[in-house]
Amino acid sequence: MRSFRYIRATDTTSAVRAGHADGAKYLGGGTNLVDLMRETIERPTTLVDVTHLSRQITELPDGALLIGGAARNTAVAEHRLVRTRYPVLTRAIVAGASAQIRNMATVAGNLLQRTRCAYFYDNDGSHCNKRQPGQGCDAIAGFNRMHAILGASHACVAVHPSDMAVALAALDATVHLESVEGVRSLPLTEFYRLPAEQPDVETVLKPGELIVAVQLPALPFAVRSTYRKVRDRASYAFALVSVAAALEIEDGLITDARLALGGVAHKPWRAGKAEAVLRGKPTTEATYTAAAVAELADAQPLEENGFKVELARRTIVAVLGQLAGERA
Amino acid sequence: MSLRDKIQQGVMAAAMSAAQKVIAVAPDEWLPGGRPDPLIHQKHGLVGAQIPRIDGPQKVMGAARFAAEVPLEGMLYAALVYSTIAKGRLAALDTSAAECAPGVVLVMTHRNSPRLKSLPPFTVDMRSAAQDDVPVLQNDRIYWNGQPIALVLAETQEQADHAKSLLRPSYMEEHAVTRLAEAKAAGVETGSMMGMRFNDEINDAEKMLAASPVKVDEFYSTPRHNHNALELHAVTVIWNGNSLTVHDTTQKIAHTAWSLAHAFGLKTKQVRVLSPYVGGGFGGKGLWQHQLLAAAAARLAGRPVRLVLSREGVYRIIGGRTTTEQRVAIGAQRDGRFDAIIHEGVAAMTPNNNMPEPFIMGTRSRYAARAFRLGVGTVHLDMMANTFMRGPGEAAGTFALECAVDELAMRLGMDPIALRLLNEPQKDPINGLPFSLREVEKIFRDGAERFGWNRRNPVPAQRREGEWLVGMGVASGTYPHNRMPGGAARLTVTREGHATVEFAGQEMGMGTATVHAQITAERLGLPMTHVAVAYGDSLLPGKVMAVGSAQTASFGAAIAATHKKLVKELISLAGNDSPLAGLSPDEVGGLDGGLAKLDEPARHESYASILTRARRVEVSAQASAPLPLESMHWSMHSHSAMFCEVKVNTVTGEIRVSRILGAFDCGRILNAKTAASQFRGGIIMGLGMALMEESKFDERNGRIMNANLSDYHVPVHMDVPEIDVMWTDTPDPHAPMGAHGVGEIGITGTVAAVANAIYNATGKRVRDLPITPDKLLSVLPLSHSAG
Repeated sequence: MRSFRYIRATDTTSAVRAGHADGAKYLGGGTNLVDLMRETIERPTTLVDVTHLSRQITELPDGALLIGGAARNTAVAEHRLVRTRYPVLTRAIVAGASAQIRNMATVAGNLLQRTRCAYFYDNDGSHCNKRQPGQGCDAIAGFNRMHAILGASHACVAVHPSDMAVALAALDATVHLESVEGVRSLPLTEFYRLPAEQPDVETVLKPGELIVAVQLPALPFAVRSTYRKVRDRASYAFALVSVAAALEIEDGLITDARLALGGVAHKPWRAGKAEAVLRGKPTTEATYTAAAVAELADAQPLEENGFKVELARRTIVAVLGQLAGERA
Repeated sequence: MSLRDKIQQGVMAAAMSAAQKVIAVAPDEWLPGGRPDPLIHQKHGLVGAQIPRIDGPQKVMGAARFAAEVPLEGMLYAALVYSTIAKGRLAALDTSAAECAPGVVLVMTHRNSPRLKSLPPFTVDMRSAAQDDVPVLQNDRIYWNGQPIALVLAETQEQADHAKSLLRPSYMEEHAVTRLAEAKAAGVETGSMMGMRFNDEINDAEKMLAASPVKVDEFYSTPRHNHNALELHAVTVIWNGNSLTVHDTTQKIAHTAWSLAHAFGLKTKQVRVLSPYVGGGFGGKGLWQHQLLAAAAARLAGRPVRLVLSREGVYRIIGGRTTTEQRVAIGAQRDGRFDAIIHEGVAAMTPNNNMPEPFIMGTRSRYAARAFRLGVGTVHLDMMANTFMRGPGEAAGTFALECAVDELAMRLGMDPIALRLLNEPQKDPINGLPFSLREVEKIFRDGAERFGWNRRNPVPAQRREGEWLVGMGVASGTYPHNRMPGGAARLTVTREGHATVEFAGQEMGMGTATVHAQITAERLGLPMTHVAVAYGDSLLPGKVMAVGSAQTASFGAAIAATHKKLVKELISLAGNDSPLAGLSPDEVGGLDGGLAKLDEPARHESYASILTRARRVEVSAQASAPLPLESMHWSMHSHSAMFCEVKVNTVTGEIRVSRILGAFDCGRILNAKTAASQFRGGIIMGLGMALMEESKFDERNGRIMNANLSDYHVPVHMDVPEIDVMWTDTPDPHAPMGAHGVGEIGITGTVAAVANAIYNATGKRVRDLPITPDKLLSVLPLSHSAG
């Protein structure tokens, strides 16, 4: 049997030291990694259990919220400050998976989930550049109804499965990283890579680097924020399309906006073009439609997922309309 | 199917047709069911009551032992390796790494597998339980993508699973037919199965259709479905010399025993199949390759073996419902009367099995028309053998037929219920037989009232609640009353007034043990607590599969025959000193722990008194049910009227079923509690079929790409609204206990009711299942602002 070392880290320093070893992987709730190990898609030689590191959710002096990487998804969704200041995040988390999975899954682990593309998972019978670089992609001419319409490449058309990460992308979250070489921080939107020629490399994490925390900046207008997930059944399904949005409105004009899309790309898709259209415009359906159209202009649908362009447009327009109609 | 099998099918069809002609005109009293079952007249006893499952507490406590839980000393665990190509040969399979892996005892491939005799598919030879005639690990040939090519035995499951991952097969691929279009181009054959040929022509339907003033003529398609019973397929086997004991989870106990004996060259008595609990069957729990492989490996290793399929394994080697393409055309007069019904199309099967998904079955007896043209065409694909799945034929067929009727109602400007009732037949429209029971009008009228059908706006896309469009739909479902040959039972009554009823029946969770305890107790005049039920063992009497919603009727008829024999024996034991002296068995029934004259209950003697006087500890009888000829003399069917309300989101196309009601015409209901669960379970499966179930069969290589319950969607709790069910409870005078089976009727009709409700909500007619949000998006109003 494929044996591996299991190390339960008690502090960050020892965690990153253990994680520096070749073949090491950090273990959060295990809700995705353990599945991938069973399928022999992930074959770590060392598992560094980081669930005993920080689970704290702390308000910083400037009003930002620091969430420990080991915080459980449920704990984040239920946190009073998250629910009141960042409703988009609570809604995104509870739209994902099942209660049991959310109770296990950690914030850091959620960000590092891998795609659920069926060809990626089919270790024995399918080609996948993400699983086996250079092997080819069976999804491009296969079942691709769930796949990317934005930012894909000829090597990979998979989508990122997380709901939580879409909300974090909209909220300008920062990820705090640590490795034996030191600490660094970067915006979540720069944390993920598009597939390009190297779909097996999904983030800018360096070998052995650990996500120790996620930080939400103070964003007062995020009280007017929400998350809408469109799916094939009422629960326990990945997004066809999802929309995370926050609006700041003054005198009928949009003064600031945050918009991110899920289920459309290899990463949570921050909709910067749409945001640019929204700023300074009146809260009308024409504005929302123009924003959606601007963001989706570059969409390149595959044979089965053309509907996602229309679905994303409709969902963006509906979510923005609903937010504008809410009292801040 | 081989040429021999085809000839055999032809002979069976001819014999069946000749028998049907004779039996159709025979006097009623010559036939089973010619005289109503006396149990029909007992209205206030155990039959029909809401009785909880007698095995419920064991299951809740985890005490019920399923096939994968039987512990055997020295047992080995098996793992299967599956082919990743659809057709060709295994070029090389190096087993050395796996053989050297820790804990590995055996790697079995076609090279070292014991020789097994090939089995006929059960649709060809009715003794068999096999699905196809593909040799099981007997040569290097690959027949489908997912076929087992090797089995690993190890001391633990984990060791077996690991060792299996060390096998790296290579293949010589051959061209496989995995595209439906290619299969159709190669030719379509008329389907026939078990003596039935799926082709009916009455008058010139095409000509009449052409002349009809109002018509619909549309194509409908349904995808593949995989079986997903909660309990995985599993088997635990042990050899003792030339005797084989198999702990299985199967709905075909006796047939599995015959098949294993045949394959291993044993006498049927040398194989014992035990299957007391089955965690869901639905047509999928039969004999597949895994039982044969486990038994072969256990023989080779000389140790007991357990083989539990992974969920992926179930998708790879257990067949499901096949894909169909159906044309339904109905021509009508302006008043709505049908001139012609055409229902034809193709269903995919394989070169090695014979299951032509009989989607015309429901259409055969549903409506009156002057002309019919019904046909199932089959095409061959290199894929896993397709098989029966809840409501085989009817589930897919009623979707097409009942959507077409709804479309016709729109064109006629008629209410769809009124249109259905206008075309109610007076006798079976295809074979001309009288109906044994038919209360279609009643279930539609009662159902419509309970559901509030009169609140439906017949014009589509008119009712809006915020972002949601709301619609109502209706459809009818139908399923034949079946009784299988081979029913037999043994009944024993003791001096203490306790009874045991024994039969080789299968309990798949639907309440078989409970309902037969009820029936036996009622016939004997004993409380249920005094009746023990033995079942799930191939050594017990009877050779009846739990299929076709027929098990209760099949064993129920056997228990009735056995009971009659037992009563005769008891009367004779009672002798001349009994109040029963001189009575015939037909005049006597069970009452208060003994026998009594039916119309003179004071003439009574207890079992204790009879057996004590006869100096007997107990008395036993065993008998077989008569051949099920009644369904060649009467047209015997169950019906449903399904009512559904859906909400469709105008922004996203998401569909939510908000209300559903099933009104059923299924004869007498034997247990109100377990029957309601059967109806609801069938309806939920229908919701899944309508809205989400689909096996993603990659046509490039014949591989199923969603072989797990995350990607293969079945309804979750939030997809299922409260389900209302009602029934007529009118007994069928010609059926045992007056009852029809209730296992499959719930799914038929549900799919079309949902589709018709979606049409009423949105104005969009979706004719290919499943109906997912993307198929509705194009017609939904663009503005998000709520009306």
